[in-house]
Amino acid sequence: MAQIVIKSLRKDFGAFTAVQSSSFTVEDGEFFMLLGPSGCGKTTTLRMIAGLELPTAGEIFIDGAEVSQKPASQRDIAFVFQMFALYPHMNVRKNISYPLVSQGMKREQVRAKVNEVAEILGITALLEKPVGGLSGGDRQRVALGRAIVRDPACFLMDEPLGALDAEFRERMALELRALHDRMGATTVYVTHDQLEAMQMGDKIVVMNHGVVEQFGRPQEIYDWPATTFVARFIGSPAMNLLTFDGMVGNGSTAVTLSGTPVAVPELISGASGALTLGVRPEHVRLDDAAPLRGRIVASEYLGTTQIVSLDSAHGPVKARTRSDVAVKVGDLTGMAFDPRSITLFAGNGRALISAANQKVLAHG
Amino acid sequence: MAEVRLQNVLKSFGSTAALADVSMTVADGSFVVLLGPTGAGKTTLLRIVSGLDRPDAGAVSIGGAAMKGLTPAQRNVAMVFQQYSLYPHLTARENMEFPLKSPLLRTSKPEIARKVAEVAEILQISHKLDNKATALSGGEMQRVSIGRALVRNPAVYLMDEPLSSLDAKLRADLRVELKNIQANLGATFLYVTHDQIEAMTMATHVGVLDHGRLVQFGTPREIYEHPVSIYAAGRLGQPHINILPADLFGPAPQRAAFIGLRPEQIQQGEGQDSLVKRVEHLGDQTRLHLAFNNHDLTTVTHAHTPLRAGDIVKIQPLRPFYFDAAGARIV
Repeated sequence: MAQIVIKSLRKDFGAFTAVQSSSFTVEDGEFFMLLGPSGCGKTTTLRMIAGLELPTAGEIFIDGAEVSQKPASQRDIAFVFQMFALYPHMNVRKNISYPLVSQGMKREQVRAKVNEVAEILGITALLEKPVGGLSGGDRQRVALGRAIVRDPACFLMDEPLGALDAEFRERMALELRALHDRMGATTVYVTHDQLEAMQMGDKIVVMNHGVVEQFGRPQEIYDWPATTFVARFIGSPAMNLLTFDGMVGNGSTAVTLSGTPVAVPELISGASGALTLGVRPEHVRLDDAAPLRGRIVASEYLGTTQIVSLDSAHGPVKARTRSDVAVKVGDLTGMAFDPRSITLFAGNGRALISAANQKVLAHG
Repeated sequence: MAEVRLQNVLKSFGSTAALADVSMTVADGSFVVLLGPTGAGKTTLLRIVSGLDRPDAGAVSIGGAAMKGLTPAQRNVAMVFQQYSLYPHLTARENMEFPLKSPLLRTSKPEIARKVAEVAEILQISHKLDNKATALSGGEMQRVSIGRALVRNPAVYLMDEPLSSLDAKLRADLRVELKNIQANLGATFLYVTHDQIEAMTMATHVGVLDHGRLVQFGTPREIYEHPVSIYAAGRLGQPHINILPADLFGPAPQRAAFIGLRPEQIQQGEGQDSLVKRVEHLGDQTRLHLAFNNHDLTTVTHAHTPLRAGDIVKIQPLRPFYFDAAGARIV
């Protein structure tokens, strides 16, 4: 059990800055996701928390103690890597026992502890088997077992499900999360998969180019992105970003696109010049009467819903509609947006504060 | 472009039947996706159409002409494999030009340049055309090998998981592009994938293969809404269809052994109590993991549901599927 506080953390590799100035807090017992594209600094951040890399500047507190310059062995953490590294010449029990044996724990105690962990993971029947013949999922369970058995203050996981195929990954994600709910240990988890982050995380940090773009609860980040990067990175399909020239200020409740007023949540900040209107595909309605026009270029059937792609004067737009709504490629149609859900972004890509996103973005 | 027809095709490797009596027509201008897990026979079928493998029995025709004894080159098919195979000493442009420079085709130089530029634009590799193949990333190499197929005008395009090595964003873009290319050209596509999103979004028809047998052939909507079996129902839909004992919610039709419920076939707010085990906010919707009479099931609800783990929610089946003990659809 532990709270982890990251303050102004920075890491340079020669002239390259991998992490610029990260600050965020992982509360005790949270399942916390570090999310971003490759090269964004998420793994470097995790490795600094683990003590596998020493930061160039900044502080890391685990349960109040500053540990940024301490070696990994003094941090009471357990690391689970993407490649489940097991000792191939040992059976499952010996693999899981190893960290306890090397701590010098008594044999009886080790035995009891390993049995308990195997029970939690549902691998009791495999304990005396060699690791060579195990399936990918069972190998991953054994690797987890070896991490859990030490009762560390926190778990650090670097894309532990990255090597698994889609269907199996889904199942392991659920299992891992259920395990966390039973044990309640603080977990920091690195992934580049936004769906995995949304699905498993209590909180998410979105990173890009070594910078924390946003930090918060999954649904909040999805609904109220702080930057156009987050808007694009979270959600599939991504948030629509329509570019236009305009001016908005305190109290504005509409913007003008192609001469048409579009209602937005009341603004409490202002900007002018090249602006961007962000709206999620499920908040775009195809409505022949709507004055803002788009031409349908494709529709993708997804079962209950479909994704309709349109071209507009402000860039491409995707709408998620019910799949029984008939659409014809080539048709010109109107697009109506749910005004409550819109985010406006200034030219620098940062969201403008409005009455709707104020609560979410104020603490970031 | 042309129709592809398979009649009673059989193929075994040793004692394993890779294809067991497959008959299928890929209509001219259609986009047929073959779905099934590893070992279902998808790739074998593609290789038999291409001429890389020969069927043990049965016949393949393309555009009405029997293909028996013809080599891949004689069949006028364009193939894209999962593993890109480019000429490493040539640039991306030269790789893409290669099929057009065949003496058989007699394509003029300006026409070649136009074709390559157009396809490169679609595949977002225009700026990489003069790079050596070896100086490209994996995703770029794969796009060049797709491009090399697209510059041609074959009777049929055969593609074996062409997008599986690309990242999610590019895959989503190319899905739409490939579909548009196919629709605009009126091209015939036979396409193999594991990815159900690709199947649902691109296919005019999906062929579901199970251990070498074609178990269902129809539009994605037909397969999603009217699956013939538990197996076919499980090929499409995310989250996965819930398969439960037939009488779990009450009386079931005669012979029914299982009830099949896609997430949207579980109505909330009415019926019997279930326990919310976990709530996953995915942004556009929320996934609910429920426990009901000692069974786990998954459904979806709106994005801003107030439900939390530990809550009780009433559920009941809504127009469910029923299957017999062998997994075949009854109702």
